[in-house]
Amino acid sequence: MDLSFNAEERAFQSEVRGFIAKNLTDEMKRATALTPSVFSDPDIGMAWQRALHRQGWGAPGWPVEYGGPDWTPAQRWIFETESARAGVPNVNVMGVKMVGPVIIGFGSPEQKNFYLPRILSGEDYWCQGYSEPGSGSDLSSLKTRAVRDGDDYIINGTKIWTTHAHHANRMFALVRTSDGPRQQDGISFILIDMKTPGITTRPILTIGGDHEVNQVFFDDVRVPVANRVGEEGKGWTYGKYLLEFERGSGIASAKLREGLKAIADLAASDLTGRAIDSPDIATRISEVEVDIDALEMTELRVLSALQTGQNPGAVSSILKLRNSEIRQAVTRLGVDVIGYDALAVEPMRPLYRLNHEPAIPEDTLTVVPEYLNGRAYTIFGGTSEIQRDIIAKMMLGI
Amino acid sequence: MDLNLSDEQRLLRESADRFVAESYDADHRRKMASDPLGYSPAVWKQFAELGWLALPIPEEFGGLGAGAVEIGILMEAFGRGLVSEPYVATVVLGAALIERCGSAAQKQGILPKVADGSLKLAFAHSERAARFDLAKVATTANKTEQGWRLAGNKITVLDGHAADEIIVSAHLHDHRGPSGRIGLFLVPATEPGLIISDYPRLGGGHACNIELSDVHLPEDALLGDGSDALPAIEWAVHRAMAALGAEAVGIMQTLLDITLEYTKIRKQFGRPLSANQVIRHRLADMAMQVDEARSMALRAALKADSPPVERARAASGAKAKIGRCARFVGEQSIQLHGGMGVTEELEVGAYFKRLVAFDTLFGGSAHHYARHAQLGRTA
Repeated sequence: MDLSFNAEERAFQSEVRGFIAKNLTDEMKRATALTPSVFSDPDIGMAWQRALHRQGWGAPGWPVEYGGPDWTPAQRWIFETESARAGVPNVNVMGVKMVGPVIIGFGSPEQKNFYLPRILSGEDYWCQGYSEPGSGSDLSSLKTRAVRDGDDYIINGTKIWTTHAHHANRMFALVRTSDGPRQQDGISFILIDMKTPGITTRPILTIGGDHEVNQVFFDDVRVPVANRVGEEGKGWTYGKYLLEFERGSGIASAKLREGLKAIADLAASDLTGRAIDSPDIATRISEVEVDIDALEMTELRVLSALQTGQNPGAVSSILKLRNSEIRQAVTRLGVDVIGYDALAVEPMRPLYRLNHEPAIPEDTLTVVPEYLNGRAYTIFGGTSEIQRDIIAKMMLGI
Repeated sequence: MDLNLSDEQRLLRESADRFVAESYDADHRRKMASDPLGYSPAVWKQFAELGWLALPIPEEFGGLGAGAVEIGILMEAFGRGLVSEPYVATVVLGAALIERCGSAAQKQGILPKVADGSLKLAFAHSERAARFDLAKVATTANKTEQGWRLAGNKITVLDGHAADEIIVSAHLHDHRGPSGRIGLFLVPATEPGLIISDYPRLGGGHACNIELSDVHLPEDALLGDGSDALPAIEWAVHRAMAALGAEAVGIMQTLLDITLEYTKIRKQFGRPLSANQVIRHRLADMAMQVDEARSMALRAALKADSPPVERARAASGAKAKIGRCARFVGEQSIQLHGGMGVTEELEVGAYFKRLVAFDTLFGGSAHHYARHAQLGRTA
């Protein structure tokens, strides 16, 4: 057992550092730091995706024949850690980490040839059509219907919480193509061009003041049958496969650590009147740091298991649950650290292109919106309650 | 970077698990709980034969030269069995202090005997006024013409009743007065002037308080050359914290296992307890905390030889976090067993008490979160 990196891994680490130093502009960095929502705006995120793609690093988790870099788990760890440390923008994870693996796993050769290169290059921007107003945690009760008409499906219904639907040119969606004995039956996985007539998007503002999610309406939307991934009616299987990627593929501790560091730096600065001098604040910083240490070790244990081909099992639910809870603890701590600055509301977005002097220091601008928007972490991607159900069922057999 | 067990580590885990499953059953535990000695000399002999007493001792002194990770593997199994032999006192603390501070002759005289099971050690360091502060020692060692004169009061000496030799910490005073250095002394348990008050320890094993009134020791009772022993004490205690953390993980895993089984069997309102979501989620939280504790114990072991501040933060972080997880898992195990959980008729209580003792030993969660924060500012 060894926590340290070997010579090859250290060489890779400096390669990553060199790449980031060369390609991450100050503007990208500042924009990322001043983004209080989960995802970076596409102009920022996709600029980074293009830089990664030029390097051959556009999709770290993909098999090498589809353009993946063929990294070991340790290399992925190093890449994610260095990226978090440097504060790189979020790329379009709905493309790279969600629909990409599904197309690779279950798509036709034509679909692979068409979509995968466009995800890598950043030409396509994807959104996820899963939840519906009546189907949250009980996702498979979804009602958006696709009815076969010749070589097309005609889709009617609505999707909600659709992140960046207002930016995306493509959506992957779960739709009902038939009614099976179980509600999981008869669901199909379909790829939709967002410019198709009959699609309208309604913005939903989150409590932090950001427009990130939307409701999307489908009114007799014609989508070619060729856009269905895999078999008709098997969409639930593909959709669950994707959710495992969504929950377990992340290496989250490095980002959490940077988030905590930003809060601890604020606490140690005169901007907050040195909040850290309060033993309560200092201890809470340590509590969160220790929780991050534990999560990091669990991530490293999972990586080590993957490296030898073992299956980490239901631990992806533990990772998702702890990541979301710790993230919320970091943002909660942030609100307490900044004191009176928590009361100032800055409604203009993006925060990195304000046309006026904000009422509070730039370093504290995102703290409250991040806390407010961050309540969603324990809700999206399967609520904490659903994760506990999964842990009980998969790990404990009850 | 690799956190998979090596072949040797896997073998160690298998043999430790096998030993606990075959020899350390509920009957044995019950017998030990009412045994005046609180542990079994025959089991100690088995430990020696299995090579476990030699595990962390350097090869040149008859040991196997293993590290904190191997100790953790063994201790996790000990936790499952609720082992009450004086392993931490003798091997994890005692042998480590001798290895760190002793002269070549002292090491040669003591360590091979620890490895073969013929000598047991204990570490008398804590004092009432010091609480959990390792640097606070009021016991004095005054230089005399023949050697040293020790005076002071030590508390909570782990398994001191079993020790042949007790390592006592004291502030060194020479003819000019206090030197500002802590020294470690090797004191035979039979030394006149030692008043040992033995008591059974919460959760198994023993501890004792020791009064030292004018204990006269020869020159060579002092370990090493008399340079300040505090860094070595911290190093050894951090190892003990990691080892006890691993033991706590074994205990928590056992509690989770038996509580899970119970909730599947126990029926109320016509269905098993585990059919209720509130129970399933509680068990999911327990499983998650066992997993976090396992990560932290391993982390502390892997950093047991890191530079002092990094090592100290890993040890404090682990102690704090595992302590908190231990309380949660222990208390919830009792809660989910209902009234039976509060009785001595089930073993849940015995495992729980060992966890409570763990949380207190070398400082509880509150102490170590504060310490972690304090160290963070010096880092």
